[in-house]
Amino acid sequence: MPRPEDAETTVGLASPQPSPQPSPDGELDSVGAGLDALDAPTGPRPVPAWRRFARAAMPPVVAIVVLIAVWQALWAAAFWPEYKLPAPLAVWQEFWSLVPSGQAASILWTSLHRAVFGFLIAVVVATPLGLVIAKVPFVRSAIGPMVTGLQNLPSVAWVPAAVLWFGLNDAAIYCVVLLGAVPSITNGLVAGIDQIPPILPRVGKVLGAGRLAAARHILLPAALPGYLAGLKQGWAFSWRSLMAAELIAVGPKLGFGLGAYLEQGRALSEMPNVIAAILLILIVGIAVELLAFRPLERAVLRARGLGGLP
Amino acid sequence: MTATLEAPVPSTDTDLAVRLGGVRKVFGHGAAAVTALDGVDLEVGAGEFVCLLGASGCGKTTLLNLVARLDEPTAGDIELRTSRPAVMFQEAALMPWLTAARNVELPLRLAGAGRAERRARTAELLDLVRLSGAGNKRPHELSGGMRQRVALARALASTLDGRGSGLLLMDEPFAALDAITRDVLQGELLRVWRATGSAVLFVTHDVREAVRLGQRVVLLSSRPGRVVREWSVTGLAPSEEQQVVDEVNAALREVISSHAAA
Repeated sequence: MPRPEDAETTVGLASPQPSPQPSPDGELDSVGAGLDALDAPTGPRPVPAWRRFARAAMPPVVAIVVLIAVWQALWAAAFWPEYKLPAPLAVWQEFWSLVPSGQAASILWTSLHRAVFGFLIAVVVATPLGLVIAKVPFVRSAIGPMVTGLQNLPSVAWVPAAVLWFGLNDAAIYCVVLLGAVPSITNGLVAGIDQIPPILPRVGKVLGAGRLAAARHILLPAALPGYLAGLKQGWAFSWRSLMAAELIAVGPKLGFGLGAYLEQGRALSEMPNVIAAILLILIVGIAVELLAFRPLERAVLRARGLGGLP
Repeated sequence: MTATLEAPVPSTDTDLAVRLGGVRKVFGHGAAAVTALDGVDLEVGAGEFVCLLGASGCGKTTLLNLVARLDEPTAGDIELRTSRPAVMFQEAALMPWLTAARNVELPLRLAGAGRAERRARTAELLDLVRLSGAGNKRPHELSGGMRQRVALARALASTLDGRGSGLLLMDEPFAALDAITRDVLQGELLRVWRATGSAVLFVTHDVREAVRLGQRVVLLSSRPGRVVREWSVTGLAPSEEQQVVDEVNAALREVISSHAAA
C-alpha cells in the first residue's frame, strides 16, 4: 500500500500547470512510477487461516447442532410414533452398526465409484459435444434445444427404458447417469464459450493463433468459469440420477449401494435405516462439493479477480 | 513552419512498412450496404510514426482491422512489408487468467518458441515498458495504464523477432485513460518507438495527441472514409505545434460539418 507521503510527492510532481509539451524524461518517469504505485489496486489484508476456518466452519456447525436439538426435542415430545420419527441416537446407532463390519464403506464405495466413473465418462462425452455445439451454428440450431430439453427431463424417467435396454446391471445405471449429467456439462461449456468477450478471440488472432491453438490457449481457458459451473451441475445430476436408478432398479447384479440401502429401509419399515441412508446421500453430496468443486472454483475465480466467495 | 503536403510523402519502395492502394470496404449487401472506406491510398514508411485522424464513423478502426488481417478489403490491395503487425486495442484485452508475464509470453508460445527464449524475451519486453517488477501480477491487480503497457509488450512480442522492422497498429490505445496516465503513456510509447525502430500506425480522434506523437498526421473523411489531407508534423517548435493543431482541428470540423449539410 502506498504511504500517504508517497502520494503527496507524486501529486506535487504532477500538478504544475499542464503543458502540451512532453515533460522532460526524468519527471515523466517519476510521475509514471508514482501512478503505478497509486493506481495498482490493493487487495484486502490477508486474514489468518485459523480465523478464516473459524468464520467458515462456525455457522454451519451451529446450524447442525440446533437442527439435531430440535429433532431430539420433537422426538421427546412424542408427537409422532417411533416408526415415523426415530431418535437421533437411534439413527446414529443404525449407521454405527454398519461401520465395524465394513458394510458402510462398501455401500459408500459401491455408489461413489459408480457416480465418479459415470461423471468422468460424462465429461469425456460432453466436452467435445459442447465445443461443437458452441462453434458450429448448424449443430447448435439442430441439437442445442434438444440438449437443453434433456437437461430439464428428470433422468429418473430413463430408468425403465434403461432397464429394458440393458437389463438389471451396471450398464443401465451408467446410461441413466450419463443422460443426467451430459446435458448439464454440455450446456455449461456452451454458456462459458458464449460469455467470452469477443475481443479475446480477436486478440488471439492478431497474436497469431490458429484454430486449434486458439481453442486450447484462449477459448477453453476463457470458458473455464462457465465450464466449471456446468461440471458442478453435472456432478449433482449424476449423483441424483444414480440414486434414482439405484432406488428403483434393485437386483443381484447391481451390488448394494446407497439407493439399495435406502430401499431396504423402506421394505423393512426401518425408519432409522431410511434416515441414515438419506443423511449419507446428503453428506456425500456436500463432501464432494466442499472437497472438490469449491476449492477448484475458488482458485479459478480468484485468479481472474472474480467471485464474491468468502 | 506548417507544412501541408500536396503529395504524399515521397518514399522509396524499399523502405515501406505497409502500402494501401485503392482500398475499399463495404459492409452488408444491396440497399443496406454501408461503404466504410472508399479508395484509400496510404503508405507508411519503415520506422515512420503515422497518426490516422478522423471523426467517429470514418472507418479508422476498419482500416486498422484490414491492415491487421482481421478483415478482408472489398477491393484494393494491402501490401505488408514487415513481419506480422503488432496490434493494440482501446482495451488492453489481456487474458484475465494469465499473469502479466504469461500474457506477454502468449504470442511467443503460439509461435512455438522454446522455454528459455520465451523467458528471456518476456523479461526484455517487460523491462522495455518498465514493468519488470509486475510480471507475476494478474491483470486485475494492475492499473489501466499498466495493463496497456503489458498489452504493448505483448503486441511487440507478437511481431518483433529481433530482425527486420516491425509495424505497430494502435487503435485509440489511450482513449480510456485519465489525462495524466495518457500523458505518461504517450511518452512511453515514443520511447518504445525510438528503442524498437518499428513503424507505427496510430488511430486517434484526439488532434493534440496525433500532432504530439506522429511524424505525419493523416485526416480521413467520414462515410465513406477517404484520405482528405496530410500534415507533416515532425520537428515542430512549440508555437508551430499549436498552429498545426488549430489547423487540423479546423479541417476536422469542416469534414464533420459537411455531413450536417448532406
